[in-house]
Amino acid sequence: MPLIDVAGLERTFVVRRRAGFMRRSKSVVRAVQDLTFSIEAGEMVGYIGPNGAGKSTTIKMLTGILVPTSGELRVAGLEPSRQRTDLARRIGVVFGQRTTLWWDLPLRDSFELLQKIYRVPDQRFRENLDRFVELLDLGDQLDTPVRQLSLGQRMRGDITAALLHDPEILYLDEPTIGLDVVSKGRLREFLRALNAERGTTLLLTTHDLQDIEALCDRVIVIDHGTSVYDGTLAGLHAQGGSTRTLVVDLVDTGPPIDVPGAEVRKVEGPRQWLSFPADASAAPLVAAVASAYDVADLSIQEPDIEDVIRELYSHGA
Amino acid sequence: MLHVAVARRAFRRYSTYRAATVAGIFTNSVFGIIYSFAYLALWRQNPDAGGYDAADAVTYVWLGQALLMTVALWGGGTTDDLAERIRNGDVAIDLYRPVGLVGWYLAGDLGRALYHFLTRGLAPTVIGIVLFDISLPPSPTAALGFLLSIPLAVTVSFALRFLVASTAFWLLDATGARILSGALALFFSGMALPLVLFPGWLGTLAEALPFSAMIQVPNDIWLGRHTGLELGSALAFQAGWALALLATCGLVLRLATRKVVVQGG
Repeated sequence: MPLIDVAGLERTFVVRRRAGFMRRSKSVVRAVQDLTFSIEAGEMVGYIGPNGAGKSTTIKMLTGILVPTSGELRVAGLEPSRQRTDLARRIGVVFGQRTTLWWDLPLRDSFELLQKIYRVPDQRFRENLDRFVELLDLGDQLDTPVRQLSLGQRMRGDITAALLHDPEILYLDEPTIGLDVVSKGRLREFLRALNAERGTTLLLTTHDLQDIEALCDRVIVIDHGTSVYDGTLAGLHAQGGSTRTLVVDLVDTGPPIDVPGAEVRKVEGPRQWLSFPADASAAPLVAAVASAYDVADLSIQEPDIEDVIRELYSHGA
Repeated sequence: MLHVAVARRAFRRYSTYRAATVAGIFTNSVFGIIYSFAYLALWRQNPDAGGYDAADAVTYVWLGQALLMTVALWGGGTTDDLAERIRNGDVAIDLYRPVGLVGWYLAGDLGRALYHFLTRGLAPTVIGIVLFDISLPPSPTAALGFLLSIPLAVTVSFALRFLVASTAFWLLDATGARILSGALALFFSGMALPLVLFPGWLGTLAEALPFSAMIQVPNDIWLGRHTGLELGSALAFQAGWALALLATCGLVLRLATRKVVVQGG
């Protein structure tokens, strides 16, 4: 059985608007509708979509703090909204824009309070804390009150806080928002290692597509409350009709290269740009070019995932 | 024990606001003095009003000042944090934890109440004893009963404030509800005037409402007006309201997650 199983999930909100003096109009907003997907243990899944697509609403239902209007929902064999407390012991949640730490407490005290909340055995707690503090380089901050931490330090503190009880599933909501490039890189590396070593399932919502490219084999794209794509990152390229580019440096300037399966987009002296479908293999193309022309150098440019997703959103709209 | 740790943390947190504590003690004392003279004037006209003598009346004033912040009659407890966290959406984080929200905030509020009892409760009382003729509990039983009634008073007050804060789930902001409930609490707790002075059905109603468990009941226990079996039933009255209101808090919370959006993404 999949770790997370969602079938035909729907959540509606009734929105009342002022429609004149003392008059109110009621309208029903479908934040999530007919959403179906399942995630196996150990997967790292990117959950992406434009603002207001229903990402947070989904996460709130998956964690049990929001009750679905209809549909099936199982996480780790539990029904989240009914068994919220049991489920909470088995999941970790990290928000980029909120903190689970206590502002007025030193980091260490926050962790100790969380140990009590999740009833983590002393031995396990110390092991985990030592490990995460070392990996996330938090040793010098343990006695600093949270309000004095930098954003990057606070984020690492929050990640540690979410993992002290060995959750099977870690939900990350914009974990890298506002972080600098070095911090982002370190965080991604840590998450990859976490998944590899402990098999923690990650569900990541983000607007930073580099997070997805660095971490997720699978992406679910949601728009207007429903899934518009679910599959590999490579497949997303194919679906979006995106192309890769083969950049060929010929020994001499010559006419546009003519090989099957690719077309020349641009010629600039001896350098030529050939585009070919993103899901096609580059190997036969490279072989064909190399056998017919005198090639000095070759390189391949991957398509920009942001373009692909932008394309997908605009189709959905 | 998690809840003990939470209570201890709240105690520590409130104890960092030293200046606020001193200012509060000063305010309580000033109001205690003003009210004492007003009550003394009143009881000179009517020496047996509500069955209190003048010493009882002055004692009532100072106990009220001592309990005002201890029970956080007008707010200032952990429920203020809750209201703010509902408003800005941080309550989602509280809900993600495997801990009941009501118990969590109650534990914190009891820790806070202990701090306020030891500072804003005791200090004005000492000042009152020095300046006025205050009667002490007539028996050890009454003193013990009073000490028992305080956590119950805090719990009733907490549960009412929790319900008020919860309105933020629906109203987006609890300020309006807090002002309304503050006015009700001032009147029906016995803070403004002892409920024993309320005439007829209004008095009966006021004494039956949960607000009376916050000020009137503990004060009457101190004054020795409840003895024996009656002392037990006074405490049971508080405990009954505390349990009923806490249960309502749990119910409202369940409703909130069912019906409404936790604000913010």
